[in-house]
Amino acid sequence: MDLSRTPEEEEFRTRLRTWLAAVLPTLPARPSPDDWPGRRAYDLRWQRMLYDAGYADVHWDASPTVRMIFLEETERAGAPYVGANFVGLLHAGPTIAAEGTADQRARWLPPILRGEQVWCQGFSEPDAGSDLASLRTRARRDGDHYVVTGSKIWTSHAEVADWCELLVRTDPAAPRHRGITWLALPMDAEGVTVRPLRTLAGSAEFAEVFLDEVRVPVANRVGEENDGWRVTMVTLSFERGTAFVGEVVACRRVLGELASAARENGRWDDPVLRRRLGRLDAEFRALWRLTQWNVSEAEANGGVPGVGGSVFKLRYSHARQELYDAAAEVLGPDCLDLDRPWVLDRLSSLSYTIAAGTSQIQRGIVAERILGLPRGR
Amino acid sequence: MRFRLTDDQRALRAGVRDLLERRFGREALRAAVAVPGRLDRALWRTLGEAGFFALRLPEADGGVGLGLPEAVLAFEEAGRALLPGPLVATHLAAGGVPGAARGETVVAAVDGGLVEWLEAADVVHGDASGAVPLRSVDPLTPLHRVPAPGPPDPVAVLLTAAEQLGTAGRVCELAVQHARTREQFGRPVGAFQAVQHLCADLLVRAETARAAVYAAAVTADPADIAAARLLADEAAVRGARDCLQVHGGMGFTWEADVHLHLKRAWVRARRAGGSAEGEELLAAALAR
Ligand SMILES: Cc1cc2nc3c(=O)[nH]c(=O)nc-3n(C[C@H](O)[C@H](O)[C@H](O)COP(=O)(O)OP(=O)(O)OC[C@H]3O[C@@H](n4cnc5c(N)ncnc54)[C@H](O)[C@@H]3O)c2cc1C
Repeated sequence: MDLSRTPEEEEFRTRLRTWLAAVLPTLPARPSPDDWPGRRAYDLRWQRMLYDAGYADVHWDASPTVRMIFLEETERAGAPYVGANFVGLLHAGPTIAAEGTADQRARWLPPILRGEQVWCQGFSEPDAGSDLASLRTRARRDGDHYVVTGSKIWTSHAEVADWCELLVRTDPAAPRHRGITWLALPMDAEGVTVRPLRTLAGSAEFAEVFLDEVRVPVANRVGEENDGWRVTMVTLSFERGTAFVGEVVACRRVLGELASAARENGRWDDPVLRRRLGRLDAEFRALWRLTQWNVSEAEANGGVPGVGGSVFKLRYSHARQELYDAAAEVLGPDCLDLDRPWVLDRLSSLSYTIAAGTSQIQRGIVAERILGLPRGR
Repeated sequence: MRFRLTDDQRALRAGVRDLLERRFGREALRAAVAVPGRLDRALWRTLGEAGFFALRLPEADGGVGLGLPEAVLAFEEAGRALLPGPLVATHLAAGGVPGAARGETVVAAVDGGLVEWLEAADVVHGDASGAVPLRSVDPLTPLHRVPAPGPPDPVAVLLTAAEQLGTAGRVCELAVQHARTREQFGRPVGAFQAVQHLCADLLVRAETARAAVYAAAVTADPADIAAARLLADEAAVRGARDCLQVHGGMGFTWEADVHLHLKRAWVRARRAGGSAEGEELLAAALAR
């Protein structure tokens, strides 16, 4: 058990810190949450800066430990989050890198790394959420094109995306998991309609995407026809690796801010509140250690994140909600004022036990795949 | 960073598990339950010879020369096996009290207003004057109440967390074993989601606590130790409760081992450094 850093890791951290200190002051003000074109431009520009400084591919090529240091340090320094680059850098990109042809890699990966193109993820459908394999969006082969008809929902960043990693059904007669194909859909293709959906936090973070006889070249297929489920599992395994490192660092900072706020407004004198914050501190210390544990496991397994990701996600999504509930306790009546800090975060935290596999689905994964219990019903 | 067990640490863990299975298996455990208050001196000496108490003493002083991470692994195994006796107090006394390191002297200590194994001990650390016996809820831990709580020792807090971690891991295994074999409605009860989700939560609590306990053993930072203890207490106590639930009526019997884990977890949770104490310590660190 060793928590110390190797000289190479230390060197990487120092170099990154120095760079962040130099460039962060030059960034323009952050756009408002409702300014989607502004957010896209801001996020892409940040990615371009990372690219120019040699950090663009840290999510793909670096070791899990270096990736963790990158996420830790950028969060500590208050650097922008991946934002609109999320799917490109953490879902679609790694999938194309692992499963795409040389041509496909050359075509799609550099624009993601250089911060030129935004990707979104078109997996979920109105009737296929947790049961993703039941998806019905249909793709019919017509010469060297697929003709795609159906609809997707909860597609984050769809409004500003250039590309969508799309799951479609190519063989309705095959067993559910065997008739699915992974396509790269250009969002400006004819027949694509995006209708933004407002979240409970008031902003339009995701959208419905309607597909009406959209023609997608066969050359845009990653992996074999009807092999899309396996290709997708590759994507999902990337998602559960180091995705939350920065957020755990941020949560620990928020906890410190809550303590300061409570001391200022006098609520610190309440031992119930104090103990609640103390318990949350234990929780986030543990989550940080669990991250380090999972990263070390991934490192030892050649970079592949292990099953520990589900354990982490279950615990973390719950802890994040508890954190912002505690924030409401610190705020008192101000917790109902949307202009106060943490109030919007409290609202967004509600999605954590739903998005990327609900807590119920994650518990099923832990029970069956880690503990080896018989298939549930 | 390589935050995982080294080969040596794995070997140590396997060695302790093996020793405890041989010397304190299920039959010995149930025999000990049948004769409360009797400490097995021969077993204690065996532990001494194996280096359980002298683990962290320098080799020059006749110790094993290992550190806190190794001690945590050994205490995790002790917790898992429900090994009885004032293990933490004797371990801490090794090097100070003659014979403690070799398992010849049994040392008890005042901890959290209680003393475990007072009458069986040769030496008692702390002020045990005015000690009054309790009818202990745990058949494997005789208890006395004392007026003075005694000062908390971070290493004792951490080793307690390690024992709790042992219980947390063990009750998860017991729950899963039972869920796989017990059948109702024509299938193993582990095929029911409600049971699956209890088991999944058992694992999540145990694994989160494990990361915290192992890290605290590496850093030896009092705040990390306090956090580890809070997580481990929760994983052990709630884990034993959920394990009991998964066992159904069998879980409520004297015969099943589940209650022994729950009761021991309750005893350990009363030692200094848990609950309010740990939470207040961390809150104070936050506010600095
Ligand atoms: C903020 C946010 C962003 C998202 N972004 C995207 C995106 O960019 N792209 C995309 O494709 N998707 C996205 N999603 C969709 C997300 O993946 C789904 O919402 C999620 O998988 C759950 O599916 P569902 O909403 O259909 O709920 P359902 O599957 O209908 O679930 C409803 C309830 O039933 C429970 N349930 C369902 N099945 C089971 C079962 N077998 N056992 C026990 N309980 C069960 C669930 O836990 C839940 O409580 C996003 C979601 C959110 C909230």
